[in-house]
Amino acid sequence: MSKPSIKKGIDFIKAQIDAPVASFFSSCVHCGLCAEACLFYTESGDPKYTPINKVEPMRRIWEQEYTMLGKLKSALGLTKPVDEETFKKWETMVYDGCSLCGRCSVVCPVGNDISGMVRKIREGFAAAGYAPPDLIGATQRAVEIGSPMGVKLPAVKAQLRHLEEDTGLKVTLDEKGAEYMVLLSSMEIMNFPEYLEAIARIMKQAGKTWTIASTAFEATNSGIQIGVSDLAKVIVSRIVDAAEELGVKTVISPECGHAYTAVRWEGPNLIGRPYKFEVKHILEVLDEFTKAGLIRTEGMEESRLTYHDPCQIARKGGIVEEPRRLLNQIASNFVEMSDAGAMNWCCSGGGGVSANERAEEIKLTAFNRKKSQLDALKVDTLVTACANCRLTLEEGLEHNGMDIPVVGLTEMVAEHLVEEESVS
Amino acid sequence: MEVNELLIWARGPAFNMALAIFVFGMLLRLFEIISLGRKSDLSAARDSGLSGGLRTIFSRSLPRKTVFAREPLRILNGYILHIGLFVVIFFYRPHIELLGLDLAGLSSSVIDAVTVITILSLFAALLMRLYSPVLQHISTVGDYLAWLITLLPLITGYMAYHHLMLDYTQMLAYHILSVELLLVLAPFTKLTHMFSFVLARWYQGYLAGRRGVES
Repeated sequence: MSKPSIKKGIDFIKAQIDAPVASFFSSCVHCGLCAEACLFYTESGDPKYTPINKVEPMRRIWEQEYTMLGKLKSALGLTKPVDEETFKKWETMVYDGCSLCGRCSVVCPVGNDISGMVRKIREGFAAAGYAPPDLIGATQRAVEIGSPMGVKLPAVKAQLRHLEEDTGLKVTLDEKGAEYMVLLSSMEIMNFPEYLEAIARIMKQAGKTWTIASTAFEATNSGIQIGVSDLAKVIVSRIVDAAEELGVKTVISPECGHAYTAVRWEGPNLIGRPYKFEVKHILEVLDEFTKAGLIRTEGMEESRLTYHDPCQIARKGGIVEEPRRLLNQIASNFVEMSDAGAMNWCCSGGGGVSANERAEEIKLTAFNRKKSQLDALKVDTLVTACANCRLTLEEGLEHNGMDIPVVGLTEMVAEHLVEEESVS
Repeated sequence: MEVNELLIWARGPAFNMALAIFVFGMLLRLFEIISLGRKSDLSAARDSGLSGGLRTIFSRSLPRKTVFAREPLRILNGYILHIGLFVVIFFYRPHIELLGLDLAGLSSSVIDAVTVITILSLFAALLMRLYSPVLQHISTVGDYLAWLITLLPLITGYMAYHHLMLDYTQMLAYHILSVELLLVLAPFTKLTHMFSFVLARWYQGYLAGRRGVES
């Protein structure tokens, strides 16, 4: 990252302003309904977390730079400038108090994509040097080491060795011509190795070839969370280069919401061209395998369980039915949370919030929304499909003394695979 | 200026001027928006952006259950205000004649009742703005200005119809002048949303549509 400055911050925000942003600010009537959709507001009661307020610096810049009336008002000294104070004051609203969950965008009566604008304004805050130190560190590690948590290839190799010892399943790195290239998130390598084993068993039963790229095993993209498109591009380019080099048909995004957004939707726009391969979320792949009869499951989970929709996968990714079809095949007591599906409440740790230690307090406050949803449901197990949600949920549950195990859907599916011997 | 002259001026040259400013101002605002353009999205679409955009223009008129449950009064009041304004503007027979529309219109007593309801709705909106912590936090002078210029034509229209306070001709002139104030200022306040909401919903709906997301 080159030297940050306020001027650079303002220029970066200006560069983000396009026709959609202008239409959003032109249409806002200050009805305040976005606040009612935002867990940072509903749980804290602090009106500064009203979503449209989080992008106020961008509104000022838009008004002053891109409207005639705003220019006139500026000339008469009637507008509020965006200066160092503004960046200082808004930094925690932009990063700590927003998980980019997108609920505000879907409830806005005039159709403003507010969370999309928070994503955009972060470009300016990072350029001005007003971004959380933890996210800066994570992004630096992602660029320099290859993973935001500092996970290096030997750690992945060690996982693969364990996998082979435990299950006899061998995974070849950098296998050219494999059909699928599997991405992992650091959290899956460090905290949830069950994911890798699940993938290996599922792929084996489906009879599909797959590989992991030694240069691009990491799927997460902290460049997107912090809002530095240059670095986000560097991170996503590794995946694109590896996938095209290996000639895979499909890249599988892991159980990680923002990784999916980064590689599926933002990636092509960051590198400036469409991919030569497809990107699918693991849930889409599992759903396809099941529909095609490539994998078969047996037995049912009998415990009362519910599914937490990760925002980037459901509300912003369109994957809502797939996890439900999968769960209904392997769980006999699956119940839905209030507002399930596209309107689900965020776990409170998305958008870089969970990686930002400074945000711990507001994150745990915001978690109370999930707590009350779960209190009302009284489940034995919580299933999700995002390693970041999973960790945030585990921490939140622990903090509240709630004893509910959190399980990844992929590994739950793998546990119910029909034993190899019985498959012809 | 004599009262009659004022009315003639208000109905004639002033109205044409105000309408011209309204049309020109709105076109300018919409041009300011659209001319900024947007980059084409290079990600592989899961579904149609076009149908998503068109769908959202309409679907966003209905509230999400989750938010309605939290703020039913604010949302219902929004409907009353917008429908009320639409009815009194376009279904009052003298307005229809003036605008040269081919509408049957509603009886004056119905319009009278709707006017009262709409005025009450505006005051309810004002109270919410003054007393809700969120609305206090995000409200600007522009919000109160937009409120006032929307209220004035309703009040003056009501008073003219009922011959309250001032002589009918004078009040009618004030009514028309207040409409002209609204027309002149609308493009330069948040009232721009009367047209730009279509763009905002379209842009978000387009994005959602490509991703196969409901919006």
